[in-house]
Amino acid sequence: MSQRQVLQGVISLLRPLLLDVVPTIQQTAALALGRLAYFNDDLAEAVVKEDILPQLVCSLSEQNRFYKKAAAFVLRAVGKHSPQLAQAIVECGALEALVICLEDFDPGVKEGAAWALGYIARHNSELSQAVVDAGAVPLLVLCIQEPEIALKRIAASTLSDISKHSPELAQTVVDAGAIAYLAQMILNPDAKLKCQVLSALSQIAKHSVDLAELVVEAEIFPVVLTCMKDSDEYVKKNGATLIREIAKHSPELSQFIVNAGGVAAVIDCIGSCKGTVRLPGIMMLGYVAAHSENLSMAVIVSKGIPPLCTCLLEEHEDHIKAAAAWALGQIGRHTPEHARAVAETNVLGTLLSMYMDIRSSEDLQLKAKRALKNILQKCTYLPALEPLLHDAPPNIMKHIVGQFSKVLPHDSKARRLFVTSGGLKKVQEIKAEPGSLLQEYINTINNCYPEEVVRYYSPGYSEMLLERVENYQPVL
Amino acid sequence: MAALVRLETRLSRLREEYFLKNRSVDEDRKIVYKAAVKIQSWFRGCRVRAYLRYLNKMAISIQKWWRGYQSRRYFRKMIKTAYFIMKMNFYNEMAVRIQKRWRGYYVRKYTHNYYALKKYLEAISLNNEIVRNELQEYAEMNEKKKKKKDLEKKEKEKKYKARKMHYLLSTEQIAGIYNSPFRKFPDPMELLLRQSKPLSHRQQQPKSPFTYDLYDWPTCKRPPAFPTGEPLPPIGRQKPQGPFRDAAEVLRQRYKPLEPTLRVAASISSPLEKAREEMKREEWRKCIHDNEFLPFSSYHKNEKYELSIHASEKIGKETYGIKHFREVQPNKWIAGKVENLFSSRRTDISHKMLAYVSDEEEKQPAKKRFTFYFISWSTY
Repeated sequence: MSQRQVLQGVISLLRPLLLDVVPTIQQTAALALGRLAYFNDDLAEAVVKEDILPQLVCSLSEQNRFYKKAAAFVLRAVGKHSPQLAQAIVECGALEALVICLEDFDPGVKEGAAWALGYIARHNSELSQAVVDAGAVPLLVLCIQEPEIALKRIAASTLSDISKHSPELAQTVVDAGAIAYLAQMILNPDAKLKCQVLSALSQIAKHSVDLAELVVEAEIFPVVLTCMKDSDEYVKKNGATLIREIAKHSPELSQFIVNAGGVAAVIDCIGSCKGTVRLPGIMMLGYVAAHSENLSMAVIVSKGIPPLCTCLLEEHEDHIKAAAAWALGQIGRHTPEHARAVAETNVLGTLLSMYMDIRSSEDLQLKAKRALKNILQKCTYLPALEPLLHDAPPNIMKHIVGQFSKVLPHDSKARRLFVTSGGLKKVQEIKAEPGSLLQEYINTINNCYPEEVVRYYSPGYSEMLLERVENYQPVL
Repeated sequence: MAALVRLETRLSRLREEYFLKNRSVDEDRKIVYKAAVKIQSWFRGCRVRAYLRYLNKMAISIQKWWRGYQSRRYFRKMIKTAYFIMKMNFYNEMAVRIQKRWRGYYVRKYTHNYYALKKYLEAISLNNEIVRNELQEYAEMNEKKKKKKDLEKKEKEKKYKARKMHYLLSTEQIAGIYNSPFRKFPDPMELLLRQSKPLSHRQQQPKSPFTYDLYDWPTCKRPPAFPTGEPLPPIGRQKPQGPFRDAAEVLRQRYKPLEPTLRVAASISSPLEKAREEMKREEWRKCIHDNEFLPFSSYHKNEKYELSIHASEKIGKETYGIKHFREVQPNKWIAGKVENLFSSRRTDISHKMLAYVSDEEEKQPAKKRFTFYFISWSTY
């Protein structure tokens, strides 16, 4: 017998037990169904097809609290697998019954109902909207205020799932007054609760400037910074996500975060974690630096560049490296001062190697190239540019040579250094089409030096000299 | 006559001379004419030329003056514009200087204040230091708390273990396992055992099925314990001891009627006051009207008889089916005719009643009825 037939057989056996006289049997049958459906999505589909759901929904409003818990568990198990199954649950009218369960006295029933609603709302925004239309949000906000920690966790995660899809849904959640309670719960010592609360706040704040400002007005700073020092990694990650979502909207919000010392906390957090946990922190630094040069300078002053460089070198995942490259590009692109600060850490070579590496993903290559270009266009720190002369591909080379051609005409010491370090020789070896920008830059550089020196360093000079020796008529 | 002969001889020559003269004249005529024409034309030409020259000179002079005048005007205009341009250039120069200074000042002070930026960045790094320190302290505090919790838990476990294994305590004769005679001093476990109270055989309280671990029930990892109802009391529970009173005696005691003392039973106020109050109540009950008794019939002479309410209406039952049960017959009312009633015994109250009634005459009939009652009360 195929697995599907086995499953259907199981369901047809369990189904009459749901209608049994003895309540314990009903509850245990519901529990069994729930567990089966939780781990197997075929079974979940079979549960839907066999029309068990309407029965469950009816009895959800009548029976005692253990049955309600088991029925809510079944609904959650079915709804978690795919949007179609969740849609089927919504169509058989389960949402109203679940919302009624949210008003029950027993916290376990509330938890089960809230969890089921959360799993349904997770999939897409139509289902979220259906959950909101059933009137779940005010009851969830009430659930958050209950003393049981598990209930608070589940209610927070459900609110997070509802508000993540669209700004209107987030606004609905905000209108129910959720932000104040969520902000209070950041102080709670339980790590998983903090995770959910931070995730809910970040889903609300991510949609628009107004929502982010509302979240900030709930006085989460500087309390959120203590989350960045929590021992649990996911709390750190969600805290960094929240700060990132707030910082990315406008320069004023970034300024506020910088003034509250958020940059230092995030930098420490990046330094202490490994892996994907770092990613929101890196992106936050990038967003803050992107807004204006003062903020970028603030990031530099807070010693933000060394952790980013270590990220770039140590991490194995390409997307984290790409994020670090992007962030460095945003920091260094404003003025020569910023570019110098970035270049002094010798990270340009790493960026170049990442760009040239065939194994890096396209995203990483693109971001590395852009970052490199942006930094190079402002970089006047020649000792950092010189090593790049030797390896760079032509499209990068023209920026490097361009920078040299801007700096060398004015600085005699730099000219000397350029010659002694072999840079001039390298420049002569570059082949450029006449009339291109690169050729112009090369000409500008050549004009900085006397004729003989240029000729001395041009390729093939030793052969030329030897030829002259050969053709020389000795003066007797 | 000689002259005539001479004339005649000259006559033949005359004709020749005359002819020759005329012929020469005729022959010279063309030349002379042409010469005359030439001379005349030349002269006319000279004259005209002189005239033209003159005209020319005049024209030149006019034009000279005119052009001079125009140029001077133009020149003046040019000077004016040049002056104006010079002035404007000067002003522009000055304005540039002012704007240069102002823009430099403004940018340096407001747009890109280098020193303020520097201070700001220094303040940020200071603030960052503070924040970092505080966060570090917070993290350390958390760690300490965690460690403390762990330590306490371990201690608790140790103590519990010691309590459970109290029988391993060493005695005078037999040294326990933790108190080996070869050791210099007993094991710390031995000391713990000495301190701990032995654990009794009392049953542990069964874990209530209503409390559940976080995540257990909803994820259904632990089987739910469905309670069957109120837990039964354990068998063989000790009954409460002691000699008991007889049940009847107890009930008698419980339901004994109240026997208040005389002081409690008697009321607060004295009999005299009570009697007085009693009298007053009786009087109030019996009082019908306040009018004093006038003995002689002469006092009652001008008294007018007042119709009672019942008399002023139709006697008997109303026919069934009418909408209201108080039929209104305005012509029978005496409210409007109040003044006639109060002839001799008019009091102040009735005056007011009068006034009230006359004011309210326009209002609904029910009100009038009410006033009528009022009046009838006052006349008694």
